[in-house]
Amino acid sequence: MKARVHVMLKNGVLDPQGEAVRHALGAMGFEGVNGVRQGKVIELDLNEGATKADVEAMCEKLLANTVIESYTVEMS
Amino acid sequence: MHAAVIVFPGSNCDRDLAVAFKAVGAKVSMVWHKDTSLPEGVDIVGVPGGFSYGDYLRSGAMAANSPIMRAVKREAERGVPVLGVCNGFQVIAEAGLLPGALMRNAGQTFICRDAELTVENTQSLFTRGYDEGAAIRIPVAHHDGNYFADDETLDMLEGEGRVAFRYVENCNGSQRDIAGVLNAEGNVLGMMPHPERAVEQAHGGTDGLALFENAIKTLVSA
Repeated sequence: MKARVHVMLKNGVLDPQGEAVRHALGAMGFEGVNGVRQGKVIELDLNEGATKADVEAMCEKLLANTVIESYTVEMS
Repeated sequence: MHAAVIVFPGSNCDRDLAVAFKAVGAKVSMVWHKDTSLPEGVDIVGVPGGFSYGDYLRSGAMAANSPIMRAVKREAERGVPVLGVCNGFQVIAEAGLLPGALMRNAGQTFICRDAELTVENTQSLFTRGYDEGAAIRIPVAHHDGNYFADDETLDMLEGEGRVAFRYVENCNGSQRDIAGVLNAEGNVLGMMPHPERAVEQAHGGTDGLALFENAIKTLVSA
């Protein structure tokens, strides 16, 4: 059983890395990029029977810092 | 007077912090991150700078969940003073001892230079030897020193006098120029600048010494 966690900076929190990427794309000639937000993808290989709530607990305790980051969990 | 300095894999300012505590007369125990308790009778805890756990996941995130940090949290809640410097600030913020988080510097670069700070709080045991509004010069060396908290939290920190230091010139994008914050009880201080790198003339300045002297003096007289 697998879970995929997406961690992103919350809306309204400045993302300096995303901004740097946006500037670089503009400098390379890619036009029309109005915003870039950079996040993380964390893949977990879990025992059968693991629930989304288990993964959410992991996000709350370690995988994301909810002061600045939001997360989504996909189970598969 | 007994100080404990926590050592994580990747800490690199632990010995500097120990030297600073010794300079003001403390006995120092170095405490490994896998230990589950602090030595008996520890009066003050230092969480040092460096790159604990290689800054994996987020700066300070792994260290904040190490066995020794559970003990540090227990002691902090009992009122034992805790000083977190640089990565130590990131660690204690991640551990929930202080509000907010330290993000990547707004300018993206690692900053290593002296920073001018103003002393905003002169009530805490760490800061009471400074004059209010005093300008002090303390080195900074960090990549993730951009202090973030929501407006409500920032208003609360300012309203309660819990901003300990501000940058005169904001070098990293920190909200409201915040360089150091205190917990509600005033016994936990986190700061990005390195006071332990300004305790001897050979460092180029001694503006950090008063912080250690005050903490120890207050504890001795308590």
